[in-house]
Order: sequence, then C-alpha cells, then structure tokens
Amino acid sequence: MASEATAVASEPRETDLLVKMVSIVKRFPGVLANDHVNFELRPGEVHALLGENGAGKTTLMNILYGIYYPDGGEIYVRGRRVEIRSPRDAMSLGIGMVHQHFMLVDRHTVAENIALGYAESLLNPLKEIKERLREFAEKYGLKVDPDAYIWQLSAGEQQRVEIIKALYHGADILILDEPTSVLTPQETRELFKIIKRMRDEGKGIIFITHKLDEVFEVADRVTVMRRGKVVGTLKASETTKEELARMMVGREVLFRLEKERVSRGKPVLEVENLHALNDRGLPAVRGVSFRVHEGEIFGIAGVAGNGQRELAEVVVGLRKATAGRVLIDGVDVTNKSPRFIASRGVAHIPEERLRHGIVPNLSVAENLILKDYYKEPYRRGLLLDHSKVIEDAERLINKFDIVTPSPLTPAKLLSGGNIQRLICARELHKEPRLIVAAHPTYGLDVGATEYIRRILLEQRKRGAAVLLISEDLEEVLQLSDRVGVMFNGEIVGIVRPEEASIEEIGLMMAGARRLAREEMAS
Amino acid sequence: MDLSVVENILWVGFRSATPLLLASLGEIYAERSGILNLGVEGMMIMGAVSAFITALTTGNPWLGVAVATAVGLLMSLIHGVISIHLRGNQVVSGLALTMFGLGLSSVIGRKYVGYQLPVKARFLPKPLSEGLVKLPLVGKALFDQEPLFYLSIVIAVVLWFVLYRTKVGIVIRSTGENPAAADALGINVYLVRYACTALGGALAGMAGAYLSVAYSPAWIENMTAGRGWIALALTIFALWNPLRAIFGAYLFGVVEAGGYTLQAYGYSQWLLNGVPYLLTVIVLTAGATETMRRRMGAPAALGVPYVRGEK
Repeated sequence: MASEATAVASEPRETDLLVKMVSIVKRFPGVLANDHVNFELRPGEVHALLGENGAGKTTLMNILYGIYYPDGGEIYVRGRRVEIRSPRDAMSLGIGMVHQHFMLVDRHTVAENIALGYAESLLNPLKEIKERLREFAEKYGLKVDPDAYIWQLSAGEQQRVEIIKALYHGADILILDEPTSVLTPQETRELFKIIKRMRDEGKGIIFITHKLDEVFEVADRVTVMRRGKVVGTLKASETTKEELARMMVGREVLFRLEKERVSRGKPVLEVENLHALNDRGLPAVRGVSFRVHEGEIFGIAGVAGNGQRELAEVVVGLRKATAGRVLIDGVDVTNKSPRFIASRGVAHIPEERLRHGIVPNLSVAENLILKDYYKEPYRRGLLLDHSKVIEDAERLINKFDIVTPSPLTPAKLLSGGNIQRLICARELHKEPRLIVAAHPTYGLDVGATEYIRRILLEQRKRGAAVLLISEDLEEVLQLSDRVGVMFNGEIVGIVRPEEASIEEIGLMMAGARRLAREEMAS
Repeated sequence: MDLSVVENILWVGFRSATPLLLASLGEIYAERSGILNLGVEGMMIMGAVSAFITALTTGNPWLGVAVATAVGLLMSLIHGVISIHLRGNQVVSGLALTMFGLGLSSVIGRKYVGYQLPVKARFLPKPLSEGLVKLPLVGKALFDQEPLFYLSIVIAVVLWFVLYRTKVGIVIRSTGENPAAADALGINVYLVRYACTALGGALAGMAGAYLSVAYSPAWIENMTAGRGWIALALTIFALWNPLRAIFGAYLFGVVEAGGYTLQAYGYSQWLLNGVPYLLTVIVLTAGATETMRRRMGAPAALGVPYVRGEK
C-alpha cells in the first residue's frame, strides 16, 4: 500500500483514469467467468486484454458496456463510481464497444444503421448522419459509403461502421472485441492506423485479443487473463512473447493421468493435404496432413476458430472437402456421406452435444439407435421392433452408467454428463476403428470429465484411433500421444507432450512459431 | 359484359378493399417490428361486433369505430404479452386469438343477429363531387365512398412516410430485422414491439368496424368470412410496404367483387376466392432467391422472441 501512495510521478492520479474496475465478479451457471478482476484504462493508451477463449475477457468488457450486470465489484469512470445497467448507460458515460459479431442490420444502409441510435431529427434523419460521416472520414480515415447496404460491405468495412457507431456520440473509451479476427492483413494494418490516430487524440482503447503479435504491434499495456482471473498487467515494451504466452496458457505443472503404454499399430486415419471452407465460404482448413494410428490418441490444440471444427466435420462427412483426401483404413472416404463413413467404423462425439449429439425431444432409447434404426435387428419391415430397442437400450444404460429414470425419458432431461455418456454409449458400443471427439468434456463436472477421459483411454488400449479436439490444453496434453497445433487453418507443429514445453505450444497456438516439416513428431 | 358491369365491379371491389387495407397496414407494422400476429381474423370480428352494438345503441357510427379500435387493441395486447414477455410461440398464440375472437363475438352478438343499423347509425357512400363521380369506370369507385375508405388511404400514406422517412421507422424496421443491434444502441425492443402490435390490433378492429357499420350494416355471425386471412396474405403480397398494400388491397378487392359477378355468368366464385392466395404464392416464389430476399424478404427476426444476451 505504501508504495502505491508514493507512486512514480509518471503514474496518473486516480481521477485521471478513464476506467477503473475493482474486484469484478461474474458467475454463470457452473462457471465463474470473472473472479475478482481488476482492470484500468488511462487516456491516450491502447490497453490489450489478452487471454485464451473462455478466459473471461469478453465477459469483463460486456460488464463495462452494460450487457451483463456484475455479481460483485465496483466500476469507476473518470474517477466517479458508476452503475452501468444497460448499453444506454454505458453510452452516456462515453463508452463505445465494437462487438466481435457485428451488431448491424444487414438489410439497411450504413446511414440507417447509424441513425438507429443517434439521429437527432425525427424527420429525414439520414441527412445529418451523412454530414457527420464525412467528418469521420476526414478525421480518422474511417471511409465508408453511407448509402451502401451492410450486406454489400466487406468485413473490414462493416467494422468501420461499428467503430463510427461507437464514436458517434463522442465516446472516449472504446472497446474492440477481437477486431482483427475477421479482417484481411491489409484491413488489419488499416485498423491499427485508425486505432493509433484515436489514441493520439487522447481516447482510451481496450483491445481484446488472443494474438500475441498484435499486442506488440498496437498496445501500450497488456493485461493477461486466464480462467476468469487477471494474471498480470505489463507494459508491452517491457515484456516478451514468451512471457505473455506462458502467462496466457498457464504455468502450473501438468498433472499426468494414469496412461498405460500402448504399442501403436498401423494407421487408421490418414488426412492428406486437406482443404475446406467455413460456413461463410472462407478457407478454414488449409492444407492439413497427419495420420492417426491404432492405439493412438492424436490431439488437436488451438484457439477456437482456427479450423479445428471444420477439420472434424470433414473427417466425419458433415462438411465437403475442397481439396485433399481422407482415408480410413486405406479406403478413400473423402466427401462420402456421414452414414457411409460411420459404416467404416468411425464414431463421432460432436461439439455442442445438445445441438449435434442428440435429438433432445426423443427418448434415451431412440437416441441410442439413431445410427442403427434402419438396420436389423431394429427394423421389422416398415416398423421398428420396439421391444428390441428397449432391451438394447437397457443394456447400454447399465453398461455406460447412464443415469435416467427410464429408457423412455426424453434425452433433454438428462444432465450434461449423462447426455455425454449416452452419446458415448451410442458411438462406442460397436468398437469403432476411429473416434473423432470434439470438446468431449466441455462444461462437464469433475466426475463426468474423469469418466469420459477414462473411456477414451480404454478405447485407445483396445486399439482404436482417437482424434481428440479440445480447447482445454491440459486435457489434450494429458491424453494425447501426439499433439498437432492448429493456427489459421494449418497444422503449425506436431509434438509429443512429454517433449514440448508449454511456452512452445503457446507460441504455436498464437501463430508466433511454426515447426519445419522434419521437426514434426511422426 | 357492358361497361356498367365493370364499373360496378370496381366500385364494389374498392369497397371490399378497405377492411383488407386497414387490417393489413396494422399487420405490416406488427411484422415489421418482428411480431407475427395470426389473430387478425379474431381481432377483426371482435371489432365488427363491438362496433355494431355501439352504433346500434348510441346511433353514432364514429363511436362504433372508436370502440372497435379499442377492442382490437386490447385483443392484440393478449398476443403481445404472450409473444413478447412470455416468449411463447407466436403462431399458436395468434391462431388461439382468432378462435377466441370468433367464438366470443358469436356469444356477444347472439342477441343482435338479424338487426339492421338505422341509416343515421351507419356510413353511407357519399359522392365527393357530382362531376368526379361521372368519370368513366373509376369515377364511382374512387369518389363515391364512405369516410373510412378515404381515411384508410390517408393512414396508409402516413404509415409509409413514418416507416421510410423518419427515425421512428428506422427504429421499427431495425427491431424486426436485428433486435440485438437495436438493443445495443439503447432502443427499448419490447416497447417498440408492444406499440406496433397494438397498432396492428387497433387497425384490425377498425377494419371490423367498417364491415359492420358500412359494408353490410348488420351483425352476422362470422361476418369477416376469412378477410383476416386475406389481409395476412396481402401483408406478404405487399412485401411489408404500406404503399404496395394500397395497390394489393384494391387488386384483391376487385378480384373478390369480380367473383360475385362472374357467378352470374356460371363461373365458380370459389376459384376466384383463391386468387389472392395464388398471387401471394407467386410473389413469395419470385422473392425466394438470396438477392431478392435481401432486398424485399420478410423481416429477419419475424416470429423470433428477443432476450438480451442470448445468441
């Protein structure tokens, strides 16, 4: 405390701070998203908020912008204690936010989108907007055609509209939530120029990111968050990529799960130079190659949105590959139907289990035969053999410890852990050759997590090949025999967990390092 | 067919267009804000019965219109609470409102079946000027009408102006397209949706009043006869635009009037009754491509309840 009172002269006084958030707590069901978080922003600085997905960065900023109300803590804006209960409150305090997912009305023009919140005249509101837009173009280089429809604009142009919206009311605190994630490199450079111009005007800018390079390119200070807590706040000029990567990913010693040695067999899954597009039609998987063998767990690590989801979907047949091949036991299954691929012995434990893993309104028994209902012994002519369905369901419920009142209970009434057991029962009881598991323990409690991990290790021991995709780096490192790190649609490195340091993997996840072909573990 | 037959079809057609136009204008506003209200038929029939009873007892048709408007508004608020605050299924709630209105109006109106409104308690077509009425073909259709005919056109133009030329219009349209974007800019999404739903109910009630105090000044059970559904088709046919709704209403009205006339010539009236729906399907098909949908499709958030912080 004493040292704070005699702070260095260059440190700003409390009242000069634009924002000071003290001991912010925010809980969501089952998650402590913000755990006594402190954060401050000075005028004329770009303050990066760095962390992995789910570290609590966006939650913290949504609290500052009034979208969430904190469960504890205090917020000061320009030295005054404030209550921010809605975006409107935040706006009147001079806070603007550019969301990661743009909040724009696609079918309206640029001017209409801005007039929605800011036009002062009731009649012909677009005229004043167009005049102000010219001003923004001159002052910050924020050029955009006021009469263009939003759906006609590129992501970079849409972002400019969002920044204009945030500045329109004279905001001097600007929050940018992963602003570069949708931009091309050229657009990113343009954005950084705009950010610097705003900073030189004396505005405070909070820049949420998980990319290390950007911190050094644009930020004055950086606050690192992990698992809902602040790990530290540093000057960008006084730190290194390695230090930030370690803070971001975590430095605790990895606890090793009891993992038997299993000798690896012949390759089951072979992926060769695979390319695929994401839902928006942009390249998401870009030339990925790897093999997964019998008795091997191959983990994919990476920050969400770097092509992992698309990769898994191509392997199980839910997404078309644009180039390259996928082989299962030497048979080319590229762009074959999911049913065909499943019939080759491929099991899929999908992400978002409620949406992709089960049909919530069907019973547990019906969910258990989703992959087999059209075959013997369940099919009897045009009908289902109901007693056989129930009989088999009861067997699987016992074998996989699914806690359910009855096989006829709607699957949506089960807990998350039991839904995941149900999916495992359906996918694994026929001893598949390959298991594609995406975020299999996401959101589960400790017991269920333990159970799922044990099942995956049992399958490995049995001789199955497992492709494990997870954002939980510890999980990937614990379970996998080899880990491929994905960044920007490519595998930038394949390592053995016992040989790689966490810093190295962190740097690869952040796109700051990549292994040469011969360095990759095979 | 001689010219006077066509003239008469146009006159009757324009008369029967007024309730379609009024109800559709209201539905356009409700849907523009994101609320689908399939209860138009129910609100309309409740407007009809309450307007009739009020006009009959007070002798004042304008009072009838006022009461019907209020009744329609109150009915729509039931739908508003269910679909806005309780986030219920808007299709189910709207259908329930229609059945509720049809049933309740029968009960309320039982005593009044067969009554006629005295002349002073109803609206009568009155020529605007002797000269204009003599115009060939359209003279009678355009200038020999009741006050609500002219009022409905004024309302349509005003609603178009508000929707496309004012800030209020931008707020309403944005709320129906992307409520999260409106909310992020401090717009009260619930308030906008309630107001638009209420306006929809009020105009549906007024449409009902037109039926029972002007079009056929008597109370007959189920006298709306599916006009609420045609108004819903018209909303789509007009592509949620009040000015296009004027055009569509007169087209649908003339088709309906033509149906009665052609009956005399041995054609089935029922075939022509299907024409409004057929036209709507054609418009929907034409607008099905991606680009067309962006330019003129249904409001993107139509029928989707809004909760802050949910994706």
